Parts: sequence; structure tokens; C-alpha cells
Amino acid sequence: MTYEAVIGLEIHVQLNTKTKTFCSCSAEYGARPNSHTCPVCLGLPGALPVINERVLIQGVIAGLALSCEISNFSVFARKNYFYPDLPKAYQISQYELPLNKNGHVMILNEKGREKRIGIIRAHLEEDAGKLVHDENPKGPSYIDFNRCGVPLLEIVTEPDIRSPEEAYRFLVAIKEILQYAGVSECNMEKGELRVDVNISLRESGEEAFGVKQEIKNMNSFANVRRALEYEIKRQARILRTGGKLKQETRLFDQTKNSTITMRTKEEAHDYRYFPDPDLVPIVIEDEFIENVHKKLPELPEQKRDRLVTHYGLTRYDAENLCTSYKIANYFEATCKNYQQPKKIANWILSEVMKVLNQEKIEIDQFKVTPSNLRELFDLLDSGVISGKIAKEVFSLMVATGKTAKIIVEEKGLKQLTDKDHINKVVDEVIAENEKVVSEYRDGKMKAFGFLMGQVMRKTKGKANPHLVNELLKERIENK
Amino acid sequence: MGLNEYTIEQLRPLLKGGEVIPMDIIRDLGQAIEKDNQHALPLNTYVSFDIDHISKGIASFDNRETLLLGIPIAVKDIINVVGTKTTCASKILQDYVSPYDATAITYLRQNGGIPAGKLNMDEFAMGSTNENSAFGVVRNPYNREKIPGGSSGGAASAVAGGLAVAALGSDTGGSIRQPASMCAVFGIKPTYGRVSRYGLVAYASSFDQIGPVTKTVMDGALLLEAISGYDTKDSTSAEERTPRFSSNIGRAIKDVRIGVPEEYFGEGLDEEVRKNVEKGISILKDAGAIIKPIHLTYTKYAIATYYIIATAEASSNLARFEGIRYGTRFVDTEELIELYEENRSRGFGDEVKRRILLGTFTLSSGYYDAYYLKAQKARTLICEDFKGAFKEVDIIVTPVSPVPAWDIGKMVNDPLQMYLADVYTVPVNLAGLPAASVNCGKTSEGLPVGLQIIANHFREDEIFRTARIVEEVVR
Repeated sequence: MTYEAVIGLEIHVQLNTKTKTFCSCSAEYGARPNSHTCPVCLGLPGALPVINERVLIQGVIAGLALSCEISNFSVFARKNYFYPDLPKAYQISQYELPLNKNGHVMILNEKGREKRIGIIRAHLEEDAGKLVHDENPKGPSYIDFNRCGVPLLEIVTEPDIRSPEEAYRFLVAIKEILQYAGVSECNMEKGELRVDVNISLRESGEEAFGVKQEIKNMNSFANVRRALEYEIKRQARILRTGGKLKQETRLFDQTKNSTITMRTKEEAHDYRYFPDPDLVPIVIEDEFIENVHKKLPELPEQKRDRLVTHYGLTRYDAENLCTSYKIANYFEATCKNYQQPKKIANWILSEVMKVLNQEKIEIDQFKVTPSNLRELFDLLDSGVISGKIAKEVFSLMVATGKTAKIIVEEKGLKQLTDKDHINKVVDEVIAENEKVVSEYRDGKMKAFGFLMGQVMRKTKGKANPHLVNELLKERIENK
Repeated sequence: MGLNEYTIEQLRPLLKGGEVIPMDIIRDLGQAIEKDNQHALPLNTYVSFDIDHISKGIASFDNRETLLLGIPIAVKDIINVVGTKTTCASKILQDYVSPYDATAITYLRQNGGIPAGKLNMDEFAMGSTNENSAFGVVRNPYNREKIPGGSSGGAASAVAGGLAVAALGSDTGGSIRQPASMCAVFGIKPTYGRVSRYGLVAYASSFDQIGPVTKTVMDGALLLEAISGYDTKDSTSAEERTPRFSSNIGRAIKDVRIGVPEEYFGEGLDEEVRKNVEKGISILKDAGAIIKPIHLTYTKYAIATYYIIATAEASSNLARFEGIRYGTRFVDTEELIELYEENRSRGFGDEVKRRILLGTFTLSSGYYDAYYLKAQKARTLICEDFKGAFKEVDIIVTPVSPVPAWDIGKMVNDPLQMYLADVYTVPVNLAGLPAASVNCGKTSEGLPVGLQIIANHFREDEIFRTARIVEEVVR
């Protein structure tokens, strides 16, 4: 008997806005605890929420990027539950009438086949505060309300996902789309993207769904994959031995790569949703949606296609560059009006990526700007420096932050093209290596390489290799 | 006569001419309150009246061109005034000091009003008697054995008893009109959206409105002008210009069409109340108004509809008072659930707990459709009722309360009977309409009876001119 996994995801994404959802407090991450608070986000008695229009626009952009239908009429609802990080004891969310619904994202699954993952809804809600527990388990807990009221988009997928790998790929795709659309940075470390999964198993060929388990607390896409892999094995083992699953919410334990029960269905909350009487329904005209649509930034799929058609890159290179919209943008900025974009693509994918990986930084923290990199290529193309020197200059650029021109100047790395100078060195090398020269004349072609190397060494690699080749041959063969 | 006995209208020229300064009024108020406290049965209208704090408000005030010219206005203790306690007459907020002004208070200050003292009330505005206060019952100045009405009982009693020049109350299901009726003062609940709710501690958000409780109709008009206006901080605030309500006072009502809904004069209406209300209607008729019998057929569903929706909203609005962020912490425990349960059990009074439980139940999964959703549908029908009626008439008049003020303690153990007494006031809140209570006479026992005057949305001007006609004759 084989089992099929049925997986659906719930993804919370922090929308990129300057201020919070219902007040004018800053939504910036990392400020001093409770410094970004006011009567509204602290839920002071009598305070009232007012929707930040920017949140709506970001919500619509996200909806369009996820191919959703945007609702002309949607409603905020209160989700009631008690928890210390929730000062009003309810979260303003959307329930029956969400902003976005019926969307989808296309992914390539592990069989290389295109697959459509449906999105049931993508609705707006506010974040809660953050509990900070003392190191001492008997010690106090603190609440930081800076995050409270920060706008979130909750994306709920159809149960269309069939494997941990598909879940992983879907998450990568969603992240790319939302980053490209400019609605979220999706930085998991900053809590800008959080994922809960629902998974059930059923016998292959069966239509009905099995008993659903919700898993929380995964802090990376890789952990989502691991949690699902574990959960499939766990559930299959129970079913295979004739056991029955109970619907429950489980927590992923990353130290053990396993999941543990958090609460059972009986303990599930009744959130008592109802429309928030403090907020009027959100009415969005078609014209508004069209305007947002017109200004919608290029999405990953479109960008990949354009890098292939416009710059003549291979599909493979285009995909690699587009894994981050920032790198793709860096590439485009570097090769503005440049004739051989392929060369720049290669350089970014090898040299630049190497540095980013080594230094564990993002490209927007990278010292070498697109125009700096472009200058390096201009020096290379005009013959001022050789390819070998170019790599040396590049590492100095990375190390010092100086421009290519300045480094070439300071270090005297200009390519040597003076024939007389090179001839002098060639003569020296021939005089010092008579034996090798005669071997070459006897037909040992390898010997020529050695002599070339000697000339390059004596010129510290600066001699133009074509000239060295030409002059060396001339000298040896004419004697 | 102390300045505490004066109306806003009487004080304005005195303040303008410099014969009286705001502090003189405060002093007289302070003395009157002090004197009343010596009474064997004090009215107990204030939760706090801090002369030092009020003086600070006066010190920062210097404008002789404003509407209110420095007149002290007492404030129901559910409206936030910066630097003062906002207790909502609840133990759970007994030590809560507000760090901000409600928008109505901001506008009041801009118009020269001085917030002066916080008034007693039913806890979280839940009640019709002012018996549900953590700070003791309020008494009716017309008969101290009787209730003043509620929940703005402190406001009505203080204004009627000369312990306030005028007051701001709040009305969710009749909380301004019913005590105004029982204490023979003028009280108006404005159109939903006319006055910002920002800073009014929410009981039932889709009904709550702040409104004036005053000695006269003119004072009501002046005070409403001072607190009205659009507020970007309240999404349900209306972008409506504030008319000069006071300029409507004295205008004739000849040919004004006045509807009298049959459903408001049926079973349960006290005979003496009926007579007084009918007298009020005849005054209007004598003044040239056209009296038309009308029907508001869904009235019988109003109480049930109101108590389902209002308690549902309340259960959510009051959830934040749990002793962690807000509310007194009565126990020291490390168990989170126990902390919630203990604080809320000890902090809230019985009526508040009753309504929280009711609302929690009707919103629960499995019951939502049968109660909350159905109530919303009934609410729409009640709105339609009024919409239809206002095609035929300009004003609707009804009783405010089916009975005059009753004895303190009489109905404490019969909450259902008490809810039923709201029958004439809650439909107005369901429809978001403006309505006022103006005194139209007294019972043989000397207890005041109010006439309810209801107008179409944002037509408070019609209410003021109609109320004035009654006031002139009855006074």
C-alpha cells in the first residue's frame, strides 16, 4: 500500500510599508522595544483603528502578483483570543470576505513538470507583539509591541502540493514573486515570512482527504521540507500499522528533526470571528485595481524570459541570476549598453557569487557597485588590463572598495604593450634558457609555454599575452 | 443662586463680559458637590472631581472668542481625558489614568469647554439604573430613593441636581435619553458618526455615541456644536459639516410632519407616562405640526436584536481587560489562564459578566448564524422601517421609557425586565438615528417623564427646534 501526501500551506508575509496597518507608528524592524507604539497599536481603551492606504495597495499588488481575483468589497473581522502579545485580545484580520482570492502560482516540480498550486485566499491582517522570555525560566517575560499592528498578508494555498520538495519549490517561488513585486523582503530571520503547513496522507488513488495535521514553528524553507518528510514517515507508519490519526497541531523541533503535539482538536480555539464594527468595509473600484496593475513590477517569470530574449543568456544563466531580483537587477545595471552581457553574467555567477557566499552578504551590501564592475570590464575590453590581472583587480576592489581605475593606477597594473620593453625581456629569457629554446627548436612544442610563462613572470603578468606570443615566436624562429 | 445652577446660555454673556471667570464656576460646583456629599443620601454623581487638575485646564485656557468661553463640562467616566482616571465605573480600571484626550474632548477644549470631573455611570455603560457601578449607586434628585436611570445616570443626576453646568454622556441603547427622561434634563444621542468615538471606551462599537446632557435644549445645541465633527482617527466618523444647531432654536414647527408610531404605545406603557407623552404631542400639534399615526412594524424585534449585537461586540471590546496590559491585577500567579480568569472574575461586576457571557455565546461557532447573523438581518429590517417612515414624516415622537424612575434595588434581580425597559430607545441605536429626550411633564408622584424626539440621519436641527417647543410650554 502506498500513501500520497496532501499538503497545503499557510504563509504569513510582512508587507513592506513605512507605517503600521491601523496607526502611523513606524513598522521598522529592530528598534528599541516598545518605542514604536501608540494608543492604537497598544489597544488603549477607546483607541480606534484606521486603515493605512499603503497597506491596501501593497495587498492588491500582492494579490495581482499571485494571480488572484481582487475583491471589490472586503471586510475586516476580529479574531478573538487571549494571549499576552495581543493587547486588544483580538487580532484584526479578514475572514468571510478576504481582499484576494482564487489565485495560483506555477512551479516546476521534481519531475521537471509545470504544476499549478492554487491559492484560496490572500488576506490582510495585523501582526501581534513579541514575547521575550527571561533566560531564567522562573524569571519574568517581557512584551515588545513594536511588531504589534505591522501589516501581514496571509496566503492560504489549496491542498495541491504532493511532496516536501514541491512545498519547498512553491515557497521559493512565492518568495521570489513577493520580492519582485516589492511587497515584502520575505526575510525569515526578521520574521517577515512565516510558514505553517497542513498535511494529511491518503492511499494512492483515493479521493477523500485523510486526517489533517497542522505543523508550526519552522524557521526555514529547508526545515519545512524536513518537517514534511518526517511527518509523512510518521503518519505512514501509524496508518500502515492500522493506527488512527487525530487532528492536531504539532510543533517542529529542529534539534531532533521531528514534530511533537502542541494541541489537539478539542483544544483548538474558537476564534468567534465577526466583522470589526470599528472599520468600514474596504471598497475597491476596478479603476484602482487597473492602476495598480499597470504599475506592477516585472515578476520573476517575465524577468527570466527577458534576460534570455534581450541579453541572449541561456535559460540556465537567466534562472540563476533571477533567484534574487536584486542580483538580476545588479546584472542589468552592470550591462547597460554593453555588447557582451554573457561575459558579465558569467562574472557575476562565478566571481561575485563567490564573494557573496564567502562573506555571507546580500548583493546590496556588496562593495562593488554595478558601475564599478562595469568599469573593470571596460578596462579589460580596451586592453588596459589582461584577464588575469582583472581577477586580481576585482579582489582588490572587494577588499578595499576602491574603483578599478584607481587600483590599476596605484598598483601599476596596466598591461605592458611596449614592444621594445617586451623584446628586451624576451631576449633575457632566451639567454637564460638556451636549453629549453633548443628543445623547442627540436620540435618540443610544450617548451614554448614554459618560455611564455617566464616572460609573463618577469613582467609580473602585465605583458599583453598576444604580444609576448608573437614576439617570442619571432625571436626564436628567426635565429 | 450659585453659578452651578446656571445654564451654558446664561453663563456665556457673563464670561464674555468678564463678570464671571471659569474658576468662579468651578468653585461653586465644588461647593455644591461638597454640600451634596453631606446629604444623608448623596447623589454620588462623580467618580472624581479634582479641582487642582481642573484648574490646570483653566490655566491653559485663554480665549474669549470661543463657543463655550471656559465653561466647565462634566464628563462621563467612559470618555478619556488626558491625565485623569478613566475607570468606566469598574474595579478593573480603578487605577487606569488615560494618557490621551478623546477627540470629543479635544474638540470641546478647542471650543472653550473645560473638562471638569468624571461622572459616575453603570459599569462600562451597561445598565439602565446606575446601580451597576463599582463606586456606588447614583440617586435621582427628584426622589433620592429612586434611580436616576442609566447608564449616564451620573450625568443626568448631576445636571438636574445642579452639580454640573452640563455634561457629556454616551448612549449605546438609550444611556443618555433614558436618564435624561428620568431626571427631567435634555439629552441627545447624535446621529452615529456625528461625534467621533475615538477615546470613548467601547461598549458596543456600532451603537456607541457621545452626546450632551444639559439643563436646556439650547445648551444641548451649543454643546453638540462644540464636540461634533469629522475625525480621521475614527473610520466610522462622518464627513459631515457641523450645522449651527443653536440657530434652529426658536424656529416654528408649523406644518412639520410628526409621526407617532402605534407600536410604541402598546402594552407595558405606564398610564401616567402615556398621558404626559400625549400632552407633549398635543403641544406640538398646538404649535402647528401635523401629527400622523405611523407604523414601525419590526419594533418588537428591537430588544432581542440589540442585546445580541451589543453583547457580541462587548464580549470582544472588553476582552482586553485581563490584568496584563489593562486592568488591575488582583492575583499573583504564574498560570496564564488562571491570571485571566481571576482578574476578569474579580474585576468585572455581574451585569458586565452577564453581557460578556451572552456575547461570547452568540458569537461561538455553531451559534453565530442563528444569533449574530440573524440579528444583523433584523437590524437591517429595523433600519428599513425607519427609512420608510421618514419618507412620510420629518420627526417621530415616542415615550423614552415605559415607566418613570423606579426604586433603587427594585429590579436588580430581574435583568430581563430591565432589558425590556429599553424597548423605546434601542431601535434608534440600531438605525444610527439621532434622538433626544425632552421633559414633557411629571407623574402624580412628581417623577419626570421624557418625550423622545427622533429625526432622520444628520437632522439634529429638526430635533432641537421641536424639543424647544415642548420645553417652552412645559417649563
